[in-house]
Amino acid sequence: MSAVKTSKSMKIGVLLSRIRVEEKWLLTNLEKRGVDFDRIEDGNIQMDITNPDNWMKYDAVLERSLSFTRGLYATSILNSWGIPTVNMASVAQVCGDKLATTSVLAKAGVPQPKVKVAFTPEAALEAIEEMGYPVVMKPVVGSWGRLLSKINDRDAAEAILEHKDTLGSFQHSVFYIQEYIKKPGRDIRAMVVGDQTICAIYRTSSHWITNTARGGQGEVCPVTPELHSICQAAANAVGGGVLAVDVLEDENNGLLVNEVNHTMEFHTLAPVTGIDIAGVIIDYTLNTARGLAQSPIKIKPAESHLPINLAAYPLYTVGA
Amino acid sequence: MSTEIIANCPECDAELTLIDVMEGEIIVCSDCGVDLELVSLEPLTLELAPMEQEDWGE
Repeated sequence: MSAVKTSKSMKIGVLLSRIRVEEKWLLTNLEKRGVDFDRIEDGNIQMDITNPDNWMKYDAVLERSLSFTRGLYATSILNSWGIPTVNMASVAQVCGDKLATTSVLAKAGVPQPKVKVAFTPEAALEAIEEMGYPVVMKPVVGSWGRLLSKINDRDAAEAILEHKDTLGSFQHSVFYIQEYIKKPGRDIRAMVVGDQTICAIYRTSSHWITNTARGGQGEVCPVTPELHSICQAAANAVGGGVLAVDVLEDENNGLLVNEVNHTMEFHTLAPVTGIDIAGVIIDYTLNTARGLAQSPIKIKPAESHLPINLAAYPLYTVGA
Repeated sequence: MSTEIIANCPECDAELTLIDVMEGEIIVCSDCGVDLELVSLEPLTLELAPMEQEDWGE
């Protein structure tokens, strides 16, 4: 058996589309630790499926693509070559598709809102009326609260269904209908890494959509045994890794898992909790590169969440 | 110590002060509000950022 590599003898790839504040924190963290890494822009890469030579130098690749599709296919290829990714393609496959997430959560017995699926507007209308208004309709692939509809009555249902059927791509004719949960003006965003629930925040908004991408505000949420238990169950169900579990509080049914995100943003989570989230993600990535993904991670406060002293990291193009 | 770069918006020509920026970063023009992508630091190149796609997110 080969010796376990130190962080200084490893090579990490960071696959990304854009430099958001999260990527700045992650790259700065790698730089500070003296880890050898490449910044790989997903718009520039070529991958020769039968010749992985240019990629085999990576002990692990941290996937931060904005595009679900690019991230999914790139990690699928990397995993097929035996290169571990954070997260693994199988996890992205489940988390990036709400219907796949719902299915694995149901199979694992994780509490979640009721969901029905239909493939024609007529069948969808029937499903909505059986569930009872209001309902929430979501695209199976999508994020940041985009194209979510809260449907309060039959008139709205008919209009939305016709629009989706006529104007949308084929994926919009997969009608994903979710029970509307009367949450207390907030939801919970928890970060799970391996078998640890690192931290959580409440995301508060007067709008029924509480995503911070849509203006929701964050405040610290205590990680209770109950919250840890449901988050852990959800993370295990999707395959584990670095995950953001979104949880709803239902007055009758308690905590319900709404979704699980596999390329989590933490521009609100990090400053609100004061935890070095980027450090946690890099720790997990380095552990994965060593083949020790399940090693416990020490949670540390961040020195600063301001992007400080940032050098320009050269772009690296693989495959040409 | 922070690094400042002066650039002009390719859409409205407003003068922009860029602080501690990295290649690949998105900058919002303070005058016209357009999203700009910093595609290169040397030479300094700002282009209109691509529109959000349907599969973008977390």
